[in-house]
Amino acid sequence: MNTIGGLVAGLIVIGAGLGLGKIGGSAMDAIARQPEAAGKIQTAMIIIAALLEGVAFAALFAG
Amino acid sequence: MAKTAFSKIVFIVLFVSLPLLGFAYSGEVKDAVQHEQADELTSKQKIKKFIEHHLKDSHDFNFITEKTGEDSHGEAQYKHYGFSLPIILWDNGVKVFMSSKFHHGETLAELNGAFYKLYHGIIYKTDAQGTISYDDHDHPTNDRPLDMSITKNVTMMLFTLALMFVLFGGLARGYKKGPIPTGAGRVLEPLVLYVRDEIAIPNIGKKKYKRFMPFLLSVFFFIWILNLLGLTPLGVNVTGNIAITACLALFTFLVTQFSGNKAYWKHIFWMPDVPVLMKIALIPVELLGILTKPFALMIRLYANISAGHIVVMSLLALIYSFKSWVAGPSFFFLTFFISIIEILVAFLQAFIFTMLSSLFIGSAVADHDDH
Amino acid sequence: MKLIEQFEAGLFFWQAIILVLMLVLLRKFAWKPIMNAIQDREEGIENALKAAEKAKSEMQNITADNKKILKEAKLEREAILKEANALKSSTIEEAKEEAKAEASKIIEQAKQAIEQEKQAAISEIKKQVADLSIEIASKLVKENLSSDKKQLELVDTLLSDIDLKK
Repeated sequence: MNTIGGLVAGLIVIGAGLGLGKIGGSAMDAIARQPEAAGKIQTAMIIIAALLEGVAFAALFAG
Repeated sequence: MAKTAFSKIVFIVLFVSLPLLGFAYSGEVKDAVQHEQADELTSKQKIKKFIEHHLKDSHDFNFITEKTGEDSHGEAQYKHYGFSLPIILWDNGVKVFMSSKFHHGETLAELNGAFYKLYHGIIYKTDAQGTISYDDHDHPTNDRPLDMSITKNVTMMLFTLALMFVLFGGLARGYKKGPIPTGAGRVLEPLVLYVRDEIAIPNIGKKKYKRFMPFLLSVFFFIWILNLLGLTPLGVNVTGNIAITACLALFTFLVTQFSGNKAYWKHIFWMPDVPVLMKIALIPVELLGILTKPFALMIRLYANISAGHIVVMSLLALIYSFKSWVAGPSFFFLTFFISIIEILVAFLQAFIFTMLSSLFIGSAVADHDDH
Repeated sequence: MKLIEQFEAGLFFWQAIILVLMLVLLRKFAWKPIMNAIQDREEGIENALKAAEKAKSEMQNITADNKKILKEAKLEREAILKEANALKSSTIEEAKEEAKAEASKIIEQAKQAIEQEKQAAISEIKKQVADLSIEIASKLVKENLSSDKKQLELVDTLLSDIDLKK
């Protein structure tokens, strides 16, 4: 029971990590392309990351 | 401008609290490891127990617990440094007494013939002998009175309220003397402007942001101050408590729903520009969406702060688990590093909570001209 | 499900009360005055900037006007100077002419006076000469006019003499 929970948690963390990586990478690309919009991109990035984090945490607690 | 000012403040807070941080945690953890040494618990279990205890609310404000020796039965004796807090119980009428009556769980509190026992931070009704009966999972099955005590967390919240009142009331009074604040106001004003210009205006819009500023500012500074206090040697964990974050999320939820305009409700109950069948199918989805938003807020803040505390304390516990000259300093510096990140996280979580709140409010008050 | 176990109703209750208290108190004593003060200040700054911009453009206008006026004044001064110069030279010229005229007039007058004096002197001399002549003649006549013949001779000689003298 505990092992399965750990495994699920690991999977969730992998998924969340991949998602965060994608968000961060895309944001970096966008900032590189448009440095003048860095502030707005960062804000959007943080919001999306926060939403993703929320989902990941919800999954962790449910699992 | 606001950003540079902000980073300065972060560094000031960082350098003031960091030296204290390590000592505080190390004191607590050391105590935990040595605590209940007579028991058959492994040190791993002891650490886990202690961290769980730290994350929970407490009925007294305990700074340091010192092992003073052992009594004749070989049981450890402890001396607690701190102060007790009032306990308010709702159990056939209000019952108020100080938590010192429990002697840190060692004795029963007797009130008008009713006996209460403090067991693992929770107050249970017991008989005169203080018997606790357990179910299959070792959970106590005793009745619990409705606990409305002024606990450690409530004390910290009251302290934060007072602190904010002093700080921002002072800032407000400062404006009567001149247009430019002096003293602490010079630090606080950029923060207020930061919330306004970086959080409220971009998400809610220039026309409507003013109504929500008191809520957003209160929530932002409340969470931030409590997050930072959680990193100090006081050893409190207020924002990493599900009841606190639930209440905060509930307020955001209420503010969002009560400020929602016609377009907002129309988008929930009768989504425009989609087929009728879709409209009906979207109603439960949208209703669920209303609930998941504050739920995510609640979980995020709770999980982030709790996780931060667990990581810092686990790392410090490793020092006492390994008990070696190599592990000690290296884990100390690792903890130091994590603590710095935690200070950043303290701000980030307050920022994200406020940001998401204003985003939800913004979506509720938006004109939806683009649809 | 552990989460629901951790939920403490008391804490939630106090948190709600504190949050409401905070919203009410801080709204009245902190956020409202702060936001108003900041807004007032920002508006003040904006107005001041606008006023400064206006003053600047006005200043520019004034400078342009000043330049124009200065240029005009310069031109006028030059014109006045020119005129004055012309006036000066003409005045000098006139004065010179006048002086010349006056001088020549004086010279002329002097000449005339000299001429008159000369004429007067000559006529005086003539008169004296005539008087003297008459005197001499009367004397000679007294002496020589013993005979008629001699008288006539004398008259003739005298007459011829006078002619010669002239």
